[in-house]
Amino acid sequence: MIQLTVNGVSHMLDIDPSTPLLYALREDLNLHGAKFGCGLGQCGACTVLVAGKATFSCLMPVAAIGTRPVRTIESLGTAERPGPLQQAFIEHQAAQCGYCIAGMIMRAQALLEASPHPTDAEIRKHMEPNLCRCGTHMRILAAISAVSGSPASVGKPATETVR
Amino acid sequence: MSTPFGTLYSTNITPDPETGIGTWSLDAFTRAMRRGISRDGHQLYPAFPYIHYTRMSDDDIAAAYAYLMRRDPIVAKAPPNALIFPLNFRPLVAFWNVLFLRTDPETQDGSRSAQWNRGRELVSGLGHCAACHTPLNFIGGEKWGHALEGAVVDGWEAPPLTRLAHGPVPWTAAHLVTYLRTGISSSHGAAAGPMLPVTQALATVPQTDVEAMAAYLFSLQKPASANNGTTSVTAAEQASIRRGSVLFAGACASCHGDKSPMQRIGDRPSLATSSAIHAATPRNAIRMMLEGVPWQGEHAVHDMPAFDEVLADAQIGDLAVYLRATYTRLPPWDGVTQAVTDIRNGGTAK
Repeated sequence: MIQLTVNGVSHMLDIDPSTPLLYALREDLNLHGAKFGCGLGQCGACTVLVAGKATFSCLMPVAAIGTRPVRTIESLGTAERPGPLQQAFIEHQAAQCGYCIAGMIMRAQALLEASPHPTDAEIRKHMEPNLCRCGTHMRILAAISAVSGSPASVGKPATETVR
Repeated sequence: MSTPFGTLYSTNITPDPETGIGTWSLDAFTRAMRRGISRDGHQLYPAFPYIHYTRMSDDDIAAAYAYLMRRDPIVAKAPPNALIFPLNFRPLVAFWNVLFLRTDPETQDGSRSAQWNRGRELVSGLGHCAACHTPLNFIGGEKWGHALEGAVVDGWEAPPLTRLAHGPVPWTAAHLVTYLRTGISSSHGAAAGPMLPVTQALATVPQTDVEAMAAYLFSLQKPASANNGTTSVTAAEQASIRRGSVLFAGACASCHGDKSPMQRIGDRPSLATSSAIHAATPRNAIRMMLEGVPWQGEHAVHDMPAFDEVLADAQIGDLAVYLRATYTRLPPWDGVTQAVTDIRNGGTAK
C-alpha cells in the first residue's frame, strides 16, 4: 500500500509503487486538474507541488514521495471561489485551450510561496519548463506579475466571488 | 571557476579600454597567450590555459586577436579572486611556470600525417583538452606522464581520453567526431556539464579540424588495465537495486526504458552503452540525475529534467546502483549514497 497526502488529506492506495504520481492523482483520486502532456518532463502540464516544489508529476513515482505533502490546483480554490492566481489568470484571460494552465498556475504558486515579489526576469526563468502551445505566455506572465505585485494575497483564499 | 585553491573570476576580454583589452597590442596579447603575463606585467593565474595556448600558431593567435578586437566593448570589471594564502600572491606563479610552462615550439612530426600534426596542434594548443582531462598534482600542475588520463573538473569527471577503446562499445574516430560536433553519441552518451559548451563550440569549426583531433587522440591510446573487480552483489545492494528498479520505472523509463519513444527515434544514447554508467566512479551519473541538462531556449541542444528537488540522496543512490547492475557487467560502485550527499553539498569535492 502507498500512503499519499494530497491537499491535506491522507490516502492509502493499493497501486504499483512505480506508478507516476500523475496517474494516481487522476485515476485513483479523481483529481483531474494536472494533465498528461508529454509524459517526459518536457512540457509541464502535469506540474504539482511536492513539499512546496514544482514537480513534474508524470516523472514522480509514488514510491519516491514518502511523507512529502502533495498539492494540486484543486487546493487553490474552486470555480466559485478561485484563489488569487486563478483569479488573475481569469482576469487576464490567460487560457486559450487551457490544457497547460493547471501546470502553469502550480509552478507559479511554488515561486510566489518561496519569493512573493519576484522580478519579471525571475518569473520568466522560473516558468521556463512549462510550455503553452496556444501562445498565451505573455498573458500568463502578466497574470503572475499581477499577483506578485499584490502582497500577502498568495496562499489566502479569494474573498470575493467572480462574476 | 572554483578550484582546490579558491575561486577565480574570468576577466573582460572585450575591447573596452578601461576594463577589457582595448589598449592591448597584438604583441601584448601574444605574450599573455604564450607566457601568461598580462599587459601591465602581472602574472596570470594558470586557470587561463597559456601553458596550452603557447602551442598555438602565430596565425591562430593573430586571428583570435582580430576576432576579439572586433567584438562590442563591454564595461565590466571582474570581482576580486578569492584564493587561499599564499596563492593570492601572484608573483609566486613565476615559480609554478618554471615547472609547468614549456614555451619551446612544437615542431611538425615528419613521420606523421599532416592530419595528425594538425590534430596535435588543436588538442594540445587551442583545444587545451588536457586542462580538464589531465589529472592535476597538489600544486595544480598537470601530472607528468598522465596526460589526458582523466580528472575531475567542476565536480564532473572528465573521462580518460587514452582509453577510448575500453568501454562497452569501443569509440571509433567517426563516433568521436559526431560526439564532438553534436554533443551526442548514440553509443556513449550525451555531453553535459563543462563538456556541453565545448561540443557547442566545436559544432562551428571545420569538420576536418575535428577529424584531425580525433585522429590525434586515437594515436594516444593505452592498453586496457586489468579488470580485477568482483561482480558479487551484497544483500544490501540487492535491496537497493529493487528500490532503484521501482524508481526507474516511474521516473526514468518513459525516456530511457527499452521501448520508450526516445530509444527508437533518432539515435539517442542507450543506457546499456552509457559512458557515465560504465565509468570508474558514479560521479557523472549522479550529476546527470541531479542536474539534468538544462533547456537552452532557442539553442537546439539535448535536454533532460533535473531530479535534484524531486528525489532524495538515497533515491538517487538506489537509481545509480540499479543502473550499474542492470546495464553493465562491472562491479558495483562503492558508497554511492554518500557520494550523492557529497556531490550535492560540495559539488567540486573529489
